[in-house]
Amino acid sequence: MLDKNGIAKRIAKELQDGYFVNLGIGIPTLVANYIPDNIEVEFQSENGILGMGPFPFEGEEDADLINAGKQTITALNGASFFDSATSFAMIRGQHVDMTVLGAMEVSENGDIANWKIPGKMVKGMGGAMDLVASADNIIVAMMHTNRAGESKLLPKCGLPLTGVGCVKKIVSNMAVLEVTENGFKLLEVAPGVSVEDVKNATAGKLIIEGDIPEMDI
Amino acid sequence: MIKKVVNGPDEAIKGIKDGMTLMLGGFGLCGIPENSILALRKNGAKDLTCISNNAGVDDFGLGLLLQTRQIKKMISSYVGENDLFEKLMLSGELEVDLIPQGTLAERCRASGAGIPAFFTPAGYGTEVAEGKEVRVFNGKPHILEHAFEADFAFVKAWKGDEAGNLIFKGTARNFNPMMAMAGKNTVAEVEELVPAGELDPNTVHTPGIFVQRIYQGEQYEKRIEQRTVRTRN
Repeated sequence: MLDKNGIAKRIAKELQDGYFVNLGIGIPTLVANYIPDNIEVEFQSENGILGMGPFPFEGEEDADLINAGKQTITALNGASFFDSATSFAMIRGQHVDMTVLGAMEVSENGDIANWKIPGKMVKGMGGAMDLVASADNIIVAMMHTNRAGESKLLPKCGLPLTGVGCVKKIVSNMAVLEVTENGFKLLEVAPGVSVEDVKNATAGKLIIEGDIPEMDI
Repeated sequence: MIKKVVNGPDEAIKGIKDGMTLMLGGFGLCGIPENSILALRKNGAKDLTCISNNAGVDDFGLGLLLQTRQIKKMISSYVGENDLFEKLMLSGELEVDLIPQGTLAERCRASGAGIPAFFTPAGYGTEVAEGKEVRVFNGKPHILEHAFEADFAFVKAWKGDEAGNLIFKGTARNFNPMMAMAGKNTVAEVEELVPAGELDPNTVHTPGIFVQRIYQGEQYEKRIEQRTVRTRN
């Protein structure tokens, strides 16, 4: 079973040289810590920076330089700043190559719910709806089950949707799965996790073909 | 040159009336019109509709106008950092329209650019799309979204000149340029106001035509929401 950093580490293996990447809040943010040495990627944050760098050194924080999670950041050499319309032109115009975001629920046809729990939590969708409606390459980073132990990979989402039929891949603490026309296709299992464990934790349709390899992380 | 410089925030908000629709720039607390918000609180205008990506925090930014119950309706994309906001929303005291961030930006831009409506894929198949026209382009469904209309836009820039030209700094630019374009009356507050001619026209982000009033803010708190740092090793 992976922890949050393990999930981020596995997702980092999906990065390719030259990618522009948008990382959501939470586990996705951690992906930046595991970029393979042999490739160059650039991070876009939808509040208006391309070429986002690590957190600043203490004492060098700048209130005018934050990421979409409102955290203080730095700008790398070659970075640029832009307004919100330009930022979402990059996103909707599919100039961003990969989007990683968290989810509360994903359905077997690739619907995603991650912005609202009616009556309980209504924070808003931020840029998530624009991102999921536009990107071709959307990876969801999440725990396989919720705190009550219930599967987050469902036949159909119960929560209000963020987008329909958009998730391509899921990296959870238990497995890597691809969203296909016929359901969740199991690609890899996490170390110490059996195919049976994944089956038990997946409520949506699970496709298992041949031997399932263990994640290499 | 058309006179745009006003003495301060109190003069800048002249003409604000109960029930008006305002746009306020900023993302989180980054690049918000701090001084204009304070003046609006002092002014006391109520039943305001505020278009702003966020609603500030409990004791800063638009949170200050929530405290005084001056806001009737918020149009935002994310309101997570404000407990009072959540309370007022869940109790029904505050009307809230949550819309995707990119759609929010584009509805501002369209407003200032003479585009009455546009189609976007964002929100299709979700509750955001309810009641909206859907059209398929290149095999993909899109929903019709309309340009905003705002009586006033309040923006904040790093530097500005007497002609209303603005330059923003870092990620404090965010929604400010589009909102400046969209406001019937755009009020810009800047950290540094300089005479016309001192800004290099090559570096201007928002041309002065979009700004009707400008002033230098007396002071800027520029509060940081999430102070994240790394240690030197």
